[in-house]
Amino acid sequence: MTQKRKTNVTITKTKQLATGVYEMILQTPQAKEAGAGQFVALYTKDRSRLLPRPISICGIDPEQETLRLVYRVAGAGTGEFSTYREGDTVAMLGILGNGYPLDQARGKQALILGGGIGIPPILGLAQALKGENVTAILGYRDRELFLKDDFDQVCQTYVATEDGSVGTKGNVLDAVRMLEEKGELNPDIIFSCGPLPMLKAIKKYAEERGIPAYLSLEERMACGVGACLGCVCKTTHKDEHSQVNNARVCTEGPVFLASDVMI
Amino acid sequence: MNTAVTIAGVTLKNPVMTASGTFGSGMEYQDFVDLNALGAVVTKGVANVPWEGNPTPRVTEVYGGMLNAIGLQNPGIDLFMQRDIPFLESKDTQIIVNVCGHTIEEYVEVVERLNDSPVAMMEINVSCPNVKVGAIAFGQNTKALTEITKEIKAHAKKPIIMKLSPNVTDITEMAKAAEAAGADAISLINTLTGMKIDIQRKKFVLANRTGGMSGPAIKPIAVRMVYQCAQAVKIPIIGMGGISNAEDAIEFMLAGASAVAIGAANFINPYATVETIRGIEAYMKQQHIDDINELIGAVHE
Repeated sequence: MTQKRKTNVTITKTKQLATGVYEMILQTPQAKEAGAGQFVALYTKDRSRLLPRPISICGIDPEQETLRLVYRVAGAGTGEFSTYREGDTVAMLGILGNGYPLDQARGKQALILGGGIGIPPILGLAQALKGENVTAILGYRDRELFLKDDFDQVCQTYVATEDGSVGTKGNVLDAVRMLEEKGELNPDIIFSCGPLPMLKAIKKYAEERGIPAYLSLEERMACGVGACLGCVCKTTHKDEHSQVNNARVCTEGPVFLASDVMI
Repeated sequence: MNTAVTIAGVTLKNPVMTASGTFGSGMEYQDFVDLNALGAVVTKGVANVPWEGNPTPRVTEVYGGMLNAIGLQNPGIDLFMQRDIPFLESKDTQIIVNVCGHTIEEYVEVVERLNDSPVAMMEINVSCPNVKVGAIAFGQNTKALTEITKEIKAHAKKPIIMKLSPNVTDITEMAKAAEAAGADAISLINTLTGMKIDIQRKKFVLANRTGGMSGPAIKPIAVRMVYQCAQAVKIPIIGMGGISNAEDAIEFMLAGASAVAIGAANFINPYATVETIRGIEAYMKQQHIDDINELIGAVHE
């Protein structure tokens, strides 16, 4: 078990990757403790906005001791983050959440699916699984294919766009079905992150195929450490900690086996 | 320098506790806080059986604070006795269990289960704004508050703290009713009922529509209510509502609180409790105060 901390960390790089999508590299020894699918929470400097913003970890460099975050500006808090520059500091709470179970992918044909701002956390996963049999399908709105080049370096990567400008027109599931029909895809296990409708479709698809799917869920959080019970999701079985059919997304999650959650 | 305070015969090494619902039973904050340093840990509310709580979204940020509508999700007293109580018993801090229920019988059932446990005090939650039945129904009129306080006192072997709601016309009437019914102490304030609407989606942000507001923005209201209650009753008051640091804690004590609880601030700064304790000690040194009890209610003219 690693120790959670709140610390001020230095930003070593910032960059805009697409419309409303930004990258931030943080210098922190906690990079050594982080795993794909985990997250950190960042605090704004605006004292009227007090709660930390949970942001998934996109990349981990334990040697350089850096974490790469890629986030979408969703409001004033993330808007403030997007104004930060190299050399600025930010208060970070981490490392939070469970992360993806990498061992489950070894020796299997793994399909990793990311939609929109759900793409960053699965890049870390694809990088951690480099050398394994991994196919990634990324769903974008349009031709702004942020992080696509990074995926190309570590695995076979396909793209779906809502406007049809690149790759398959439609969503990631449309691309999955198209590749299946062509006989190019026959996954044993799925790892995913993306908007709720996409995760619901993946859960259904995995059930039809009878394969496990790991979903990274999102919920509004307050504490981020499992105390406030704000960020629960419905579970199919009674959760051991809560004694009801609720699990904490920040602590038991954010990654859940699709068959364990009701979404 | 003495930082200990005594409430209903229970001595706390310092007046800083955690506010119910913001700290679990302390396990989740062990990475940040040495629980042995705290005056008391006040647990998340526990009922006779597990409660599912409300649908999500349950929390949202507001200017200078937050709204929550957790709905008292809790694992029930059985698991709590097996897991949470032994955990807290292993720490050198006083244990205060927050008790919730839908009916007087449900509250009494939990109180009786806790009677022979190492719990120092019980805090009775009659002020949660996020459940439809019980809880706040007992905390918004003096007759219901009197009845439940008397009934719990008749069954409790530990000192009883009644946690009061600020969502009333005159909180001193509630404080006086609790005192007259035999409460050993009162704690205030619980959260203020609030609402947030998403103007883009034209929907309530919280699934419960309303939620309890907490955080620094509510502090002046809480200080005022603690002061008013301190003038109205003789039983000790545990003050809470927007306390983030030592300055805030001292303000509550000067207004009449014998102890203080830190709530939403734990989410903003997980080290808030221990930093507050250190800050109070520094203030006492700087002000040449030998006994923290000198601060309690010192401002009243």
